[in-house]
Amino acid sequence: MNRRSLMKLAATAALATGMTTGAALAADPLKIGAVAPKTGPLAGGAVVTFWPNVKLWAHDVNARGGIDVGGEKRMVEIIEYDDQTNPGETIKAVQRLATQDEVDFILAPYSTGLNIAAAPIFARYGYPMVTHTAISDQIEELSDKFPNMYFTLGGATGLAGGVVEVLSDLRARGEIGNKVAMVNVADAFGIELAEVARPQFAAAGFDIVYDSSYPLGTQDLSPIVKGAKASQPDAFVAWSYPPDTFGLTEQAKIEGLNVKAFYTAVATAFPVYAAANGAAAEGVLGAGGVHADGAAFQEYAKRHEEVTGAKPDFWASGMAYASFEILEQAIEGAGTVDRAAVSEYIANNSFETVMGTISWDENNNNASYWTVGQWQDGLFKGVASTGREGAVAVQVKTGWE
Amino acid sequence: MDILITGLVLGGTYALIAMGLNLQYGMARIMNLANGEMLVAGGFAAFWVYTAGQVSPLLTVFLVAPVAFVANWLIYVIFLRPLVKRAKSRGQLEVDSILATFGLSFVAVGLMLAVFGGDYFKYSYLARPVTILGDTYGANRVAAFVAAVIICGALYLWLNHSRAGMSIRAIAVAPESARLVGIDVPRLAALAFALGGAVTAAGGALISMYLTLDASTGVMFTLKALVIVIMGGVGDVRGTIVAALLLGVLETFVATVFDPGLTLAAAYLLFVLILLLRPQGLFGRRQT
Repeated sequence: MNRRSLMKLAATAALATGMTTGAALAADPLKIGAVAPKTGPLAGGAVVTFWPNVKLWAHDVNARGGIDVGGEKRMVEIIEYDDQTNPGETIKAVQRLATQDEVDFILAPYSTGLNIAAAPIFARYGYPMVTHTAISDQIEELSDKFPNMYFTLGGATGLAGGVVEVLSDLRARGEIGNKVAMVNVADAFGIELAEVARPQFAAAGFDIVYDSSYPLGTQDLSPIVKGAKASQPDAFVAWSYPPDTFGLTEQAKIEGLNVKAFYTAVATAFPVYAAANGAAAEGVLGAGGVHADGAAFQEYAKRHEEVTGAKPDFWASGMAYASFEILEQAIEGAGTVDRAAVSEYIANNSFETVMGTISWDENNNNASYWTVGQWQDGLFKGVASTGREGAVAVQVKTGWE
Repeated sequence: MDILITGLVLGGTYALIAMGLNLQYGMARIMNLANGEMLVAGGFAAFWVYTAGQVSPLLTVFLVAPVAFVANWLIYVIFLRPLVKRAKSRGQLEVDSILATFGLSFVAVGLMLAVFGGDYFKYSYLARPVTILGDTYGANRVAAFVAAVIICGALYLWLNHSRAGMSIRAIAVAPESARLVGIDVPRLAALAFALGGAVTAAGGALISMYLTLDASTGVMFTLKALVIVIMGGVGDVRGTIVAALLLGVLETFVATVFDPGLTLAAAYLLFVLILLLRPQGLFGRRQT
């Protein structure tokens, strides 16, 4: 070692001591990893639901002066990776965050498939994984295999059950009859939902008069809407993905599919749905929902728009933010960045979030979640849930004007 | 009848998606994998102009096309001409241009993400029914179909009856010999590429009236365009139109009569059959 580098070393050491004495004021930031699509098929959803909330959460935490880790306030620093909607890339990015960036915690990825892909890596490195956009009926098996994995958004059976419940309610009020036209996108999500919905509709005494699927990325949905219309249904239910959610709505308007209950699944809760459809969106039912009139959500929505410049959606956006809040509260509660201790804290506590109280059943699942929402007066309000507060009464859809 | 009209209208959409690529691949010999991104950019321009000033996408086309023409001219001159110059054979140019435009497509996606954001863009324009022979169709799709007919018709006439058009066809058939009869090959190849980009962007502006796009959907359109161009025969406008219409009618027929879930399978079955029976495409020339 020559003299110059010795000098440097001394200088660094001096600086380091200076740093440590200043540490009471500014500790090292907590490094938090975030992996989700910025490109690829699911980017459109992640850019609405996931990324703005990462930004908002980091902003909120740092504006408060950081996370209180055992009496020491630590700011958060986010390290972002685009997984290109490719499970292989998600796995690589999580691994990289764990081994090279050595982050303290990792936010759960976006969508069911990418979460399931990344779960083994989260488990291997012991990161708690509070999912916000994973919908599955295999929650029991998954939480058995990955004890640090938590579920907040619900399962397929519950989502389909919510639709059956809402339609049953409308039927009991004498608004609709028994005939349901059901279509689904031929993709894991759509197929699973259609499969769990069929027996539930049958058990509730509904008659599925049109049952059909279409490939992801279908550019002309008019044959489907025409077919559904020809079966003269009382209700139309589509287990759809974003591009087709918009396409089916537009075709239904064009074809004059004037059912009294019109349901499309993913992205119905997106602000762009209301923006693109205007008054026609009024009365449309969709997957998810929030307690849109609640003060917690309204305050959150306002901040979301101020900080990110975009409106949150009325379903998973709030849940994404809530899952980050859970992590934050668990770190503060455990008073350490030790992953095992934080995981332990998550498992044994319930959390107050923008979506209300989140607590776990024996399968690490938040058992009370929103299932169906409806556009009413420009807000997408929760109309059915598995035990959340704030649901409003479902309304009959009166045409497309 | 309903099936036929719905199918033809869908075919019009497909023609809009594929026509630009045919010009770029068939005439300028650039297998442009960033073609779909140009389409999405055109769609975004229409979205933006519509939401900002309620300007009809049918008018925006006249703004989008010249801008895309200039942009594609520059892309060709800056990025692709060096490849054309150094390529020793058509095969090498094909490989080089695939790699270069594949890279460009990532750049384009990144730029669009930065500029437009990754959100879905969707607006409602002419989303009302029109009645043709007793059945209803979306007015926006019919309008796009009419525009497709005009664009394809104009291209066909121009390529077959104007001097520049015939020269472009000449460089498509025999680039080496075209030089011998005094055709400025580099200039016309750039023209064909730029024109292809303009047609693609105009198509994007038109289909944004009824399809939901986002910054990363481009690749889907590139693939569809590729299938149609190869089915129709590389470098032949008629082939692309026929293949697009055939595909539209077939998909609608299958969706209506059998099951909407089988449309993709039917489309690719048709693709495979055509490749087996006429590897050069419906209207393509057998390569020697």
